[in-house]
Amino acid sequence: MASKSWLNFLTFLCGSAIGFFLCSQLLSILLGEQGDTQPNILHNDPHARHSDDNGQNHLEGQMNFNADSSQHKDENTDIAENLFQKVKILCWVMTGPQNLEKKAKHVKATWAQRCNKVLFMSSEENKDFPTVGLKTKEGRDQLYWKTIKAFQYVHDHYLEDADWFMKADDDTYVILDNLRWLLSKYDPEKPIYFGRRFKPYVKQGYMSGGAGYVLSKEALKRFVDAFKTDKCTHSSSIEDLALGKCMEIINVEAGDSRDTTGKETFHPFVPEHHLIKGYLPRTFWYWNYNYYPPVEVSLEILLYKYLD
Amino acid sequence: MLSESSSFLKGVMLGSIFCALITMLGHVRIGHGNRMHHHEHHHLQAPNKEDILKISEDERMELSKSFRVYCIILVKPKDVSLWAAVKETWTKHCDKAEFFSSENVKVFESINMETSDMWLMMRKAYKYAFDKHSDQYNWFFLARPTTFAIVENLKYFLLKKDPSQPFYLGHTIKSGDLEYVSVEGGIVLSIESMKRLNSLLNIPEKCPEQGGMIWKISEDKQLAVCLKYAGVFAENAEDADGKDVFNTKSVGLFIKEAMTNHPNQVVEGCCSDMAVTFNGLTPNQMHVMMYGVYRLRAFGHLFNDALIFLPPNGSDND
Repeated sequence: MASKSWLNFLTFLCGSAIGFFLCSQLLSILLGEQGDTQPNILHNDPHARHSDDNGQNHLEGQMNFNADSSQHKDENTDIAENLFQKVKILCWVMTGPQNLEKKAKHVKATWAQRCNKVLFMSSEENKDFPTVGLKTKEGRDQLYWKTIKAFQYVHDHYLEDADWFMKADDDTYVILDNLRWLLSKYDPEKPIYFGRRFKPYVKQGYMSGGAGYVLSKEALKRFVDAFKTDKCTHSSSIEDLALGKCMEIINVEAGDSRDTTGKETFHPFVPEHHLIKGYLPRTFWYWNYNYYPPVEVSLEILLYKYLD
Repeated sequence: MLSESSSFLKGVMLGSIFCALITMLGHVRIGHGNRMHHHEHHHLQAPNKEDILKISEDERMELSKSFRVYCIILVKPKDVSLWAAVKETWTKHCDKAEFFSSENVKVFESINMETSDMWLMMRKAYKYAFDKHSDQYNWFFLARPTTFAIVENLKYFLLKKDPSQPFYLGHTIKSGDLEYVSVEGGIVLSIESMKRLNSLLNIPEKCPEQGGMIWKISEDKQLAVCLKYAGVFAENAEDADGKDVFNTKSVGLFIKEAMTNHPNQVVEGCCSDMAVTFNGLTPNQMHVMMYGVYRLRAFGHLFNDALIFLPPNGSDND
């Protein structure tokens, strides 16, 4: 009988020890830290688009970024203001109904305010946002068609309102002040366009769609005209390549957007990919596509892509 | 068999209840460590720009050179990637930056503290720094490798503060009766505070090596308790608009919270223009911060800074 109660006692002790241990582990987990996981996005296809968000990082609420102007009280923006008047840029942002809240809204609250004029292009019209309805379908294969229709819309309604016409995606960030600095040296009456120049497939190269590109007024006129006279084809599923081919056909020059030290200013990926040495593997398609030899990242960045 | 399993179960129950009780007790003693009260802080403000501009340019140059900040970064082997990022980025702007590790790590040079207890590491690091460098530096900044610090803004903040006074500043949190500087936002001590701290480190009643009864008290709280005995009190560092300059969160997190809580004030509500620290960054984010803070410029915007700090020689990312 004594041994049985002894066994009982032992089991009891074991139980309490295990209970104590489990409880302390649980509490330490509950009160402890949580790790941060970063999604690693590398695009295996140069003409791929950023896959649609699963909505996890969806930021709620309306924003008012105009408050920014009161922050820098000692800032002198005379030169920037001067350029704003001299180099007029119309920005049009490629978006869609499912991305208005997730992405386009943030573009609208931030950098788009620095454009002389901004338009949001979607397959459907939305009077509240507002977006221009291009009357197309959504999807990757519709991109070129949307681009053509968007440029056409801009040409028909806003040709005289700007000197330069920029296309950007809703996951791109543009530093307009730096873009104006680049474009101030060129004449918008000349047929030229700028972006991140890629070398394959097109003799003079073509501009990466992801990094955004900007057309001079003359280039826009010729582009729109090219479809009326059938010089360029309407159908293609690769927007940037098709546009680049068309530009070559209509004699619009592919410009050099690098800064004074030869560094690129348009970037097809997020800053981390470009800033951290070795982030993009040597075998990645990107290194073979760049028209110019690589130098380190520019001080005067214009564009960044695939931002959350 | 049945009696054994029932006694086992009774044991488990009792064990867990006992454990929960101890935790509650521990928390009550510390005063609900996770809840923060923000009133009744000691507030410390940044210098007024007009005052700085009144000082002549030469004097300003002299002033900016008279600041010698010694950076202490406490690392553990698991922090290796953060350690690398921190080493290559902001710590280059400290007048001297030393890494204190829990053990010898082959990849990087560090001063081995031979303990993995954070409070012991902190004590030893402060002692080492004081013993070796008290005559060369007048401000001591301690950080974890998850923190990104803008040393120039730190220097600007400390500009008109006398290091022979006992300063202990950063992002303060009140826990019961204790007001302490959170280690996550970075801890700044003047040379006077260092002196007082080091004289107390040898007195176990005032500055015990094992603070908590059963559960560990975090090292930043222990430091505050210790400093309190020396008459050094924590102060919250703020800019002219009352915004914290030492931050325990990252910019991304601030914006996320602002978007949910007060979306009309995303910029206003967020961060100070002269922020010194942000915490919770990944190594990649550190490089992006470095780029954004020191290199990326919007053409045509001129910021008339009252002080000029030059980048260190041979540095290629600032």
